[in-house]
Amino acid sequence: MLLASRERSLDGSLCVTPKPLRVLIIDENAVRAAILEQGLRDSPAAGPPLLVHRIGHEAADLLPRIAAIDPDVILIDLENPSRDTLEQMFQVSRLAKRPIAMFVDQSDSETVQAAVDAGVSAYVVDGLRRERVKAILDLSISRFRAFDRLQRELSEARSALEDRKLIEQAKAIVMKQKGLDEQAAYALLRRTAMNQNRRIADLARALVAAAALLDAGDSQ
Amino acid sequence: MTRRIVAGFVPLVDAAVLVAAAELGFAREHGIELVLRKEPSWASLRDHLNLGYLDCAHALAPMPIASTIGVGQVRAECVVPFVLGRGGNAITLSTPLFEAMCDLAGASLPAEPRATAAALARVVRKRREPLTLGMVFPFSTHNFDLRYWLASAGIHPDQDVRIVAIPPPLMVESLAAGHVDGFCVGEPWNSLAVVRNLGHVVATKSQLLPRGVEKVLAVPPGLARDADTLGPLLRALEAAAAWADERANAAELARLLSAPDYLGMPASSLKDTLLGRLPLGGGEWLDDPDFLFFHGHAANVPQTGEALWLYAQMLRWGQLPPGDASREIAARVFRPDLYALHVGAPALAPPAQPFDGERFDPAHLDAYVARTRIHTPFVAATHIGNG
Repeated sequence: MLLASRERSLDGSLCVTPKPLRVLIIDENAVRAAILEQGLRDSPAAGPPLLVHRIGHEAADLLPRIAAIDPDVILIDLENPSRDTLEQMFQVSRLAKRPIAMFVDQSDSETVQAAVDAGVSAYVVDGLRRERVKAILDLSISRFRAFDRLQRELSEARSALEDRKLIEQAKAIVMKQKGLDEQAAYALLRRTAMNQNRRIADLARALVAAAALLDAGDSQ
Repeated sequence: MTRRIVAGFVPLVDAAVLVAAAELGFAREHGIELVLRKEPSWASLRDHLNLGYLDCAHALAPMPIASTIGVGQVRAECVVPFVLGRGGNAITLSTPLFEAMCDLAGASLPAEPRATAAALARVVRKRREPLTLGMVFPFSTHNFDLRYWLASAGIHPDQDVRIVAIPPPLMVESLAAGHVDGFCVGEPWNSLAVVRNLGHVVATKSQLLPRGVEKVLAVPPGLARDADTLGPLLRALEAAAAWADERANAAELARLLSAPDYLGMPASSLKDTLLGRLPLGGGEWLDDPDFLFFHGHAANVPQTGEALWLYAQMLRWGQLPPGDASREIAARVFRPDLYALHVGAPALAPPAQPFDGERFDPAHLDAYVARTRIHTPFVAATHIGNG
């Protein structure tokens, strides 16, 4: 009731613009939470202004912090063990607003499936308009996916860097052992890899490992 | 033809029947390929079950009832054809709190629920800051056990103390950090707190509600109707439960459960739990073969009266409004008929009675709840209206 009255202007008529939604992000992964927060701030799709808070997972002081923020929508990663803590809090909450898990809303199973696949779950205050929630959830799904892609690209970049280092080391070994120049050493590596139907980086890794083994044998 | 069944579980000792069925060939012998999927929280397990990512799940006994009524979440129908475990919970209080209780009582306290609850009540009355007590989920036997025990000594769980839900693996750390003053949780978490001198066990489930239902197999309506799949699955679980309950198999079961895919902790403490040995603190030990069990005494039969007892606790603590419709729904969630159809109809044990002798008659459920001196009224959430 308190909230409904807040939405009335002084003369008692209903305001045209809905009040800002308070969105809370709970995620142990700070980078993902930041990406989601930025997305929500930038997105016109989410509608009227969003107040976005971001808190890490620490079961002990989660409750007072959430109570202070008093969110309308809570976005939390699906794997977060704090979800049970949250649900208890909502159960005993005597506040006017009681968020419930928004899954299993069969009317929009596609969004729900997408959310589960992306790894995001949401708690929404009962009675909140579906289309506003959907916009926020859709955005969260796309941000979670973007984060996944980022992670993948990062790990690919890391392994590419590692491959290059290995190839450099292998090249140095071949140059030394065979008395070849850099170009010839690389050509030999590439040809051998092709003949054996292996990635050049894999051949380099084997070569570096073997050289290390032989070096260790020499020094004994 | 082999049928593939994906079952969700939360890493706890009472996932034993599912683990034994999957690992020791009981499922395969019945033409079932049982795939187990570990879940990080009860909320996650429930969502994955309701959305069809899981075919069935290891669930807290009140969860399928809450889910079918649609309290705390959107309604999703679920039935229980099989009980996976009985007992296994205990209430542990921090060592400083336990010592304060002993001081006020002027004596050392035995782990006996009446004595310890009365001693806690004296401490609660003297304190200014309310104590914080942990349990695992709003719709859990742990929540109801803890509340029942507190209320038996005149402590109001929603006014005199603060109750919070904490995932079991974080429970002992929360006690060590002083975030909670005690908790009600399943094993091995009570033992771990005691062994680290962080707390004392003050009551066990086998004292509070002997042979009380703890974890159940939650099944969506589709699988419940599919007799060709549910039948072999239940018979496999029955065989696995009989194996898991044998004391001679405790060492092997503890070893299975200790694997990283399941509980990921030392087999020795798990074996003690399986044998009904629980350290209580101060060098005392509980030795009770019925502390946690998986088979015998018709353990695997879900009884309607038990579902209604859980429903009565939900009413008592204001988790839902009273009503004939929800009571009728709750009465249909536990399905002894499905057990009888697929496994057999054993002689039922008389219903368990709680430690305070307060008898529960499902036929007079509302009167039972009304009679409780301490309870919490249901408060409906106000809708926002204009989102």
